[in-house]
Amino acid sequence: MFESIQSVPLNHYILFCSLIFSIGVIGVLIRRNVIVIMMSIELMLNSVNLLLVAFSVFHGDSSGQVFVFFVMALAAAEVAVGLAIIMMVYRNTRSIDIDILNKLRW
Amino acid sequence: MTVFYFVAFLSLFFAIMTIISKNPVHSVLYLVVTFFTFSIHYILLNAQFLAVVNFIVYMGAIMVLFLFVLMLLNMNKDSEPLKSVFVKVMGVIAGMCLVVTLAASFKFLKTSAPLEVIDPEIGLVKNLGRVLFKEFLLPFELSSLLLLTAMVGAVLLGKKDKKKI
Repeated sequence: MFESIQSVPLNHYILFCSLIFSIGVIGVLIRRNVIVIMMSIELMLNSVNLLLVAFSVFHGDSSGQVFVFFVMALAAAEVAVGLAIIMMVYRNTRSIDIDILNKLRW
Repeated sequence: MTVFYFVAFLSLFFAIMTIISKNPVHSVLYLVVTFFTFSIHYILLNAQFLAVVNFIVYMGAIMVLFLFVLMLLNMNKDSEPLKSVFVKVMGVIAGMCLVVTLAASFKFLKTSAPLEVIDPEIGLVKNLGRVLFKEFLLPFELSSLLLLTAMVGAVLLGKKDKKKI
């Protein structure tokens, strides 16, 4: 199992994670469905997690993996509160289109 | 080595499918597969504890939450709001600019040594638990407080208010 990873340079991990992160950014920009936008945010969080783990293994320091653990706890809390807010918005506006929520627009 | 590139290709493919599929339910299912490939990445890096936690938290808890909300909102393809083509093209171009900027800045880095698992014990529960409960005890307790706050907030937001203001 360890031999399988030995010849992958760290640069390829960085490039792969930035590609996934950019896919998340594109998802936030091109979709109007709030739930799909939250999924894109999850995608971005996961790409950063993977990069943290890769660096932690590269340097032989376990603090990075503990940090990923905290990021996962934060993501769980964020999704719970976010989806509750989406339910609230849907109950009031009967839609999950974010372009309706423009009351605070300047 | 080839395992990494194959799994990375699968992750990219399913991540793209997540953001372009019209049906939100299909999006959630593609996202589940994406998270599964991330778990495989963690196993390849010998981060076994995080692989299991990723499996349970993301593919279990968060995906059930997404699917449950989709079910409660009764969404399907017809209710999907669409952005104009212009905004979509501009969004994709902006994302590609981000990719190009990042990739160009990484070119100035030295080509790093191949990733080796220096210490195979590092991602195991024994080692991580020791670090978590010695060096990171206060953040660990604070994260429990955060989860409690999130739970109370979610219940409070989701409750139907009897009297409208």
